[in-house]
Amino acid sequence: MSAEPLPTRREEDFRYADLTALAGVWPVAVEAIVVAAGQSAALSVVNTGDAPVARELSVTLAAGAKFALHVLNAGSAYGRIAVRAELGAGAEFTLGAAQLGGGGQVLELITNVSHAAPDAVSRQVVRSVVGGQATANYLGKVHVAPGANGTDGSQSVRAMLLDRTATANARPELEIHADDVKCAHGCAVGELDRNGLFYLQSRGLTPPEAKRLMLQAFIAEAFTGAADEATLQDAALKALGDLL
Amino acid sequence: MLKIDNLSATVANKPILKGLSLTINAGEIHAIMGPNGAGKSTLGYTLGGRPGYEVTGGSVEFDGQDLLALEPHERAAAGLFLGFQYPVEIPGVSFVQFLREAANAQRKVRGEAPLSGGEFLKLAREQAALLRMDMDMLKRPVNVGFSGGEKKRAEMVQMGILGPKLAILDETDSGLDIDALRVCGEGINTIMRRPDKAVLLITHYQRLLDYVQPDFVHVLAGGRIVKTGGPELAHQLEEHGYEAVAA
Repeated sequence: MSAEPLPTRREEDFRYADLTALAGVWPVAVEAIVVAAGQSAALSVVNTGDAPVARELSVTLAAGAKFALHVLNAGSAYGRIAVRAELGAGAEFTLGAAQLGGGGQVLELITNVSHAAPDAVSRQVVRSVVGGQATANYLGKVHVAPGANGTDGSQSVRAMLLDRTATANARPELEIHADDVKCAHGCAVGELDRNGLFYLQSRGLTPPEAKRLMLQAFIAEAFTGAADEATLQDAALKALGDLL
Repeated sequence: MLKIDNLSATVANKPILKGLSLTINAGEIHAIMGPNGAGKSTLGYTLGGRPGYEVTGGSVEFDGQDLLALEPHERAAAGLFLGFQYPVEIPGVSFVQFLREAANAQRKVRGEAPLSGGEFLKLAREQAALLRMDMDMLKRPVNVGFSGGEKKRAEMVQMGILGPKLAILDETDSGLDIDALRVCGEGINTIMRRPDKAVLLITHYQRLLDYVQPDFVHVLAGGRIVKTGGPELAHQLEEHGYEAVAA
């Protein structure tokens, strides 16, 4: 194996990375996923362990192929999931991700979705909940190649800070080189609605129960429609419980 | 049941309640009326324990306990229900899930066994029917997309499900049309007019009191109770205004 140098912060995709933790798992082998024309595939990545994790997925979707990726990034150490996806004509890429952390860990999701041919669809829904000194990052690029008309891409990115000491970095990016495209991105970082929390508590829920209920609703959208939705929601709920 | 003694409270360092005293016994229904800015809602929120409502003096005893020492959820478990003037929307959380968790959280504090899914749904269905609310609405996210009147009826359904000893109802009548006002009024009577329960109605208008007959009517002005009387006082207020009656 050639000695691939550890990235530096000057590289955009590693700007907010925990490089010390990354050094322990470097280099990261690329996991290639190829979905043939007209076929469908799905993958769920659940990271809830104690060891640093870095994964790099390279997804290639042929014409009309569909791929659904769901990510629960909620380990207690550094967790990095990087996804590169290249979409053929009429292909469909779905990403639903939740990142939950409350220690001092960095959790990050880096996506690079390339609409290389016309009429492909990409949907990204990312929900992060961070407390303590934790950091949640989302760096997401959507690239639309010249001639990839009929592209439909969306990024919905939201983060909830449980403490003022936690950090969320969200950077959805669009790079469009075609004329007839539909691309939308939304990004918000906020705190739990205090009026809502008081309302729930006034009915008898303890503060952690009230928060859990609101956060459960906040992240639910990330896993809506997943084949193993119930399993993912349960795992996320457990991680939320640990967080509170 | 509730003994408020010389209560003072501030909101954002501004004194709102200035030595308010009020005693409510089991089996009684009290109405507090008063002009805008008198401190009516502040009283409700202070008793409910809302953050930002700072007690600066006085005491509140509820069923023998120091109410002010309890967290909001502990006040609920002790039997206090606060009906909100503006019920809060909680996207993504269904009424059914929320209320079952809330009811069971209260039961846990009281050392009672949790309600099963079936038991809870039966209770919820009965209370929804009482308030003429479609059970399907309780499967929707809390208050999201509800009209003003639906939110208030949903508050009463919650009260019926949670079965409090004391209900403090903050302007339950605002935003209600005539039919909804009657339904809510009847709901309050059915759920709360019992020898072991009590109600504090906070309202601007006489009209709710046509359905829920109070035993006592108080006028709140300038952060304290300035006049107390029977149901006739509400009629006088309606007719002559706060300034004339409370002067």
